[in-house]
Amino acid sequence: MSEEVLPRVRVTIDGQPVEIEQGATIAAALAVCGGRAYGTRVSVTGEPRAPMCGMGVCQECRVSVDGRMHVLACQTLCRDGQIVQTTRPR
Amino acid sequence: MTADVVIVGAGIVGAACAAELAARGLRVTVLDAAGIGGGATAAGMGHIVVMNDSPAEFALSRYSRDLWLALAPQLRTRDAFARCGTLWVAADAEELDAAREMHAAFAAQDVAAQLLDERALYDCEPSLAPGMAGGLLIGHDSIVYAPSAAQWLLTQSPGAARIDVRLHVQAVAVDARHVTLSNGERVGGAHIVVANGLQARELVRGLPLQPKKGHLLITDRYPGFIRHQLLELGYIKSAHHATGTSVAFNAQPRPTGQLLIGSSRQFDTTDPAVDMPVLAQMLQRAARYLPALPTLNGIRAWTGFRAASPDGLPLIGPAGGAAPGVWLAVGHEGLGVTTSLGTAQLLAAQITQTAAAIAVDPFLPARFELGACHV
Amino acid sequence: MNGQHFDVVVVGAGPAGLAAACEAATTGARVAVLDDNPRAGGQVWRTGPVHPPSDELAARLHEIQASGNVTLASAARVIAPLDKGRLLIESAEHGGACIGYDRLILATGARELLLPFDGWTLPGVTGAGGLQALIKGGVPVRGERIVIAGSGPLLLASLATARAAGARVVAVVEQASLVSVMRFGASLAATPAKLVQAAQLTRGLTGLRYLTSSVVRAAKGSGRVERAIVERADGRIQMFDCDRIACGYGLVPDTTLARALGCATRADGAIAVDGAQRTSVANIFAAGECAGVGGMELARVEGRIAGRAALGLAQAETFEQLRCERARWQRFAARVEMAFALRDPARQLPADDTLLCRCEDVSVGEVRAHASWRDAKLHTRCAMGACQGRICGGAAQALLGWDVTQVRPPIHPAQIATLMLAADENTAAH
Repeated sequence: MSEEVLPRVRVTIDGQPVEIEQGATIAAALAVCGGRAYGTRVSVTGEPRAPMCGMGVCQECRVSVDGRMHVLACQTLCRDGQIVQTTRPR
Repeated sequence: MTADVVIVGAGIVGAACAAELAARGLRVTVLDAAGIGGGATAAGMGHIVVMNDSPAEFALSRYSRDLWLALAPQLRTRDAFARCGTLWVAADAEELDAAREMHAAFAAQDVAAQLLDERALYDCEPSLAPGMAGGLLIGHDSIVYAPSAAQWLLTQSPGAARIDVRLHVQAVAVDARHVTLSNGERVGGAHIVVANGLQARELVRGLPLQPKKGHLLITDRYPGFIRHQLLELGYIKSAHHATGTSVAFNAQPRPTGQLLIGSSRQFDTTDPAVDMPVLAQMLQRAARYLPALPTLNGIRAWTGFRAASPDGLPLIGPAGGAAPGVWLAVGHEGLGVTTSLGTAQLLAAQITQTAAAIAVDPFLPARFELGACHV
Repeated sequence: MNGQHFDVVVVGAGPAGLAAACEAATTGARVAVLDDNPRAGGQVWRTGPVHPPSDELAARLHEIQASGNVTLASAARVIAPLDKGRLLIESAEHGGACIGYDRLILATGARELLLPFDGWTLPGVTGAGGLQALIKGGVPVRGERIVIAGSGPLLLASLATARAAGARVVAVVEQASLVSVMRFGASLAATPAKLVQAAQLTRGLTGLRYLTSSVVRAAKGSGRVERAIVERADGRIQMFDCDRIACGYGLVPDTTLARALGCATRADGAIAVDGAQRTSVANIFAAGECAGVGGMELARVEGRIAGRAALGLAQAETFEQLRCERARWQRFAARVEMAFALRDPARQLPADDTLLCRCEDVSVGEVRAHASWRDAKLHTRCAMGACQGRICGGAAQALLGWDVTQVRPPIHPAQIATLMLAADENTAAH
């Protein structure tokens, strides 16, 4: 496999800047910056949650993107300058 | 063994009647073709609101709301009772005048109501569109999850041990002492009550009930977007449309943080399918009051059919010629949840021949001379 | 796009949808292809930063682009059917729109059957196809220990993707029996391409446990997955330390839009179609997994048939050839279904305190206290959340045998701005 250098984009997740290859999803950016806590939200009874189905069905990956709530991270590509906010536990 | 009372309908009205009669020591059997809390009970907003379209409606809704407020401490988390209040929004000077009249009428009856000027309105509800004239805040109006409340009334209320609930049984006929089921079984009782909404027309010929279709939409969670149930004062005018389709702004903050949006009225259909153009019209109306609404996600829409009577008041009392010896508790239109507890009191008073707290006359089915005319 | 009319609208840009679109495009017809993912390809041809398009995907996309009469709208979903051959759609790019069609081809694919087990809501638990999708979208898994579980050939595809991304797959936990799997493996001789594919996917299975007649019973961990608890055929419990559990029990046709349009479905849940891929509703066709799960080759040929039928292109010879090919892949699909049918241990209800509805945190115990799906929804908050009952409904159907087919618009969460577009000329906007 050739080692292409892919262009990168920078997004902000809960105030933290994250750099990731262009074409990656917000779900991927969340995983990159999350460390042990790479999830997206907290459930209605307070459980930490993370993307599950990967294809826009389960709604676990809802995050706020540029001020709009309930955007599906697994089906949204990262764009330079995006501001992402999660409700995951810190 | 014969029950003291057999009630057809395990919706909020049937459940309230059962709970009250059982609380008074009577043995009650409740029958429903489906489960508890279905029908209009499942479809509505669960808004407990004092309405003053007429003196009788005012008396019943106010009385009944007080009963809900007294009951609330006994309800559970799952019943989702919340005293969020109703805020009637005046979009212009004319509507603000209407708000003042309403304020005076409420004050005269000792129902707490607070007139809001423009500034107070936006303090109360910052999400409202600019340019509104003011409003009227009815602080004790409330909301409840009616299907759950119906289940509480039937299974947890003080007299619940005397209530026998039989579900998934279809009533096909009633007389003064029996309900006949589709399998031929006759369920006997000293008193028979029909409380199953629009389906009562199948049991009691000539019941003047008409289905009024309504739409609702619920959003994903946006906590704090609004704080009170919001109604446009124009609601009162448009609710009186006799024919055709009308919409009016009506928004409720659910305890979950979701927004419940209504309302629409259609007379000309019994199709339960969501009508996308009507839904759109309803949402367009709502967006005029809440300009950020278009950016919220709607996750579910549904319809329901209100049982409307010719004068907008329920039928509570003897069915008369149409079904001699049978009691009716039907026709609550959009106020079934609000007036369910009051209805139960008025019905129980008539059945036990005791005094009622408010006048029963305006609600007696006899006012329609049932059985006197033929269909 | 709002107000535009197309000769053919294709919903879904996977193998079936793209094949249909390419056939339709050859006639010069105005075609729109809608797909809810940010890039075309569906699931099996999903692309990402380090997953370039397959040759075939690239070819289909090139054909579409070159034709000049096909509009490919990515990140676009159908929100509701409207009257008179129109659809209300929402695209991430352009918001809401109403579009019209003369012919509609549904290629909405399938989704994974995700069944609940103790701890399945922990971060780190995903579907098997779900993990594949997440990896292709750029989620790093290098060095992570993964248990892949559930059922079907998809587990091996997921295995291959995970390994290629540098993950250490410590076990594949297949609920089907060894005999079933072996028999299926032997049957691949009938489809040499699939045999080659299987060989590629299972290359170098050393260091990997492939367990049959086995089911994941629990995910354990504090805040995320740390361990998988597996029940073997003889009831033995085996534990695997891991960072992820990718568990999916096969595929379920995605028929929500079809049912909202009034299309009939088969007993197995797929959209019912005739020999020309016509549904029970005039001018609506269906192709691919949504018309019966059977893999990429079947989806592709069904898409071609649907595309030709929709444009009235049924020349006897090519049609007959395509039908032969379709029959061949339908036999393959039947062998997959038989080999990987869910056995009782996979259908076992987890403990009552396991969550069934993830959106609203409703437990199995709360739900099964009711007699029907309708009652459960009314008296618990099950299926009242954002996924519109897709995840919990799939589980309730598989584990409780309930009818979960009721559908109402909007068939996906949509901005209210989109829903406001559905007003027609007859309803005056206030």
